[in-house]
Amino acid sequence: MSHQIVGYDSKVEGEVIITKADAVINWIRKNSVWPMPMGLACCAIELMAAGGSRFDISRFGMEVMRFSPRQADCMIVAGTVTYKMAEVIRRIYEQMGDPKWVVAMGACASSGGMYRSYATLQGVDRIIPVDVYISGCPPRPEALLDAMIKLQEKIMKEQSVKNLLKELPDNPIHRDSV
Amino acid sequence: MSEKDTNQLIGRFKYLSERDSVDHYAVNCPSDHLIDFCQILRDEYLFDMLVDVTAIDWDVASPRFTGIYHFYSTSKQLYLRVASDCKDNIKPSLPSLVRLYSAADWHERETYDLMGIHFDGHPNLKRILMWDDYPYHPLRKDFPLAGIETPLPAADVAEQTKVKVAAAPMMGGPFVSSGDGKMSQTEPTAKDESWNESKAKGS
Repeated sequence: MSHQIVGYDSKVEGEVIITKADAVINWIRKNSVWPMPMGLACCAIELMAAGGSRFDISRFGMEVMRFSPRQADCMIVAGTVTYKMAEVIRRIYEQMGDPKWVVAMGACASSGGMYRSYATLQGVDRIIPVDVYISGCPPRPEALLDAMIKLQEKIMKEQSVKNLLKELPDNPIHRDSV
Repeated sequence: MSEKDTNQLIGRFKYLSERDSVDHYAVNCPSDHLIDFCQILRDEYLFDMLVDVTAIDWDVASPRFTGIYHFYSTSKQLYLRVASDCKDNIKPSLPSLVRLYSAADWHERETYDLMGIHFDGHPNLKRILMWDDYPYHPLRKDFPLAGIETPLPAADVAEQTKVKVAAAPMMGGPFVSSGDGKMSQTEPTAKDESWNESKAKGS
């Protein structure tokens, strides 16, 4: 079977590109990331700036900010996560359909930042799996764009077909974030 | 408040006493008279705005808790600070001013949340910043800045993620400025960086 030549008539079939399913799926996914702005503090202002005309996140195919988790696949956690808010973030994350990614924007979302206090979760990765961390307090819009491009590179390396068939564990927090 | 008015205030209300202050005029008022006094402040002295309600924890001193009220008169453009000690050190309480100033509502809830002062007569005295089941009042002197381990507010999320409200890693903190010298050289830093989350202090 492996050496069999497949007959192909370009007049009938048109032009064909031969590739891997993973490459196609990832290419589609990476250019249509729909972020969900989880704006919790001042980082959200920079996130808004990144969405504005000056920095223009749409150049990279991920400008469709959706405020419903059902319509988004990338949560941008922008700001300080308090313990009171952690529950909400977790629930919203769970409401997002697979595949989904998380960007921890800024020092607070990444590690609690300067808030070493009783009220602040010391990094959103304790409650949801994070794909990309951005340093800064707050990070500039360029840093966010860089992180989103890094996320696109990461998406390109995913084994999407394999993941499609894989049964997800009940507890996605302990899943290796692909 | 002009000198004349203040003397009037202390002279008229025998239960008041003058309070040290570096800015605005301030008086001490016993909690029994607080409502009556504030009613007169609002209606006769035209202090129509309650700017802030907060409290002080004096730690080991007694009375331990003092409620602080900042009033402002929009017509006279004057501030007045009223302080009122809580009689009980264990279960501190003050009368609620919500009936007089609706602004007191959230301020008193915050003071209750963070300091644990009970405001008698408040229509909805529940926590405003921390979640309802939180067992402590974090701005009290005996509460550590890093926090105390408690369960996460949502039981199902806590079970899934195995996350607790943990004491924040201080990593040699708290991060405070020494306060003397150039600002560029006295940025808040940890005093002792020899320990961190994975390496215990003094090990």
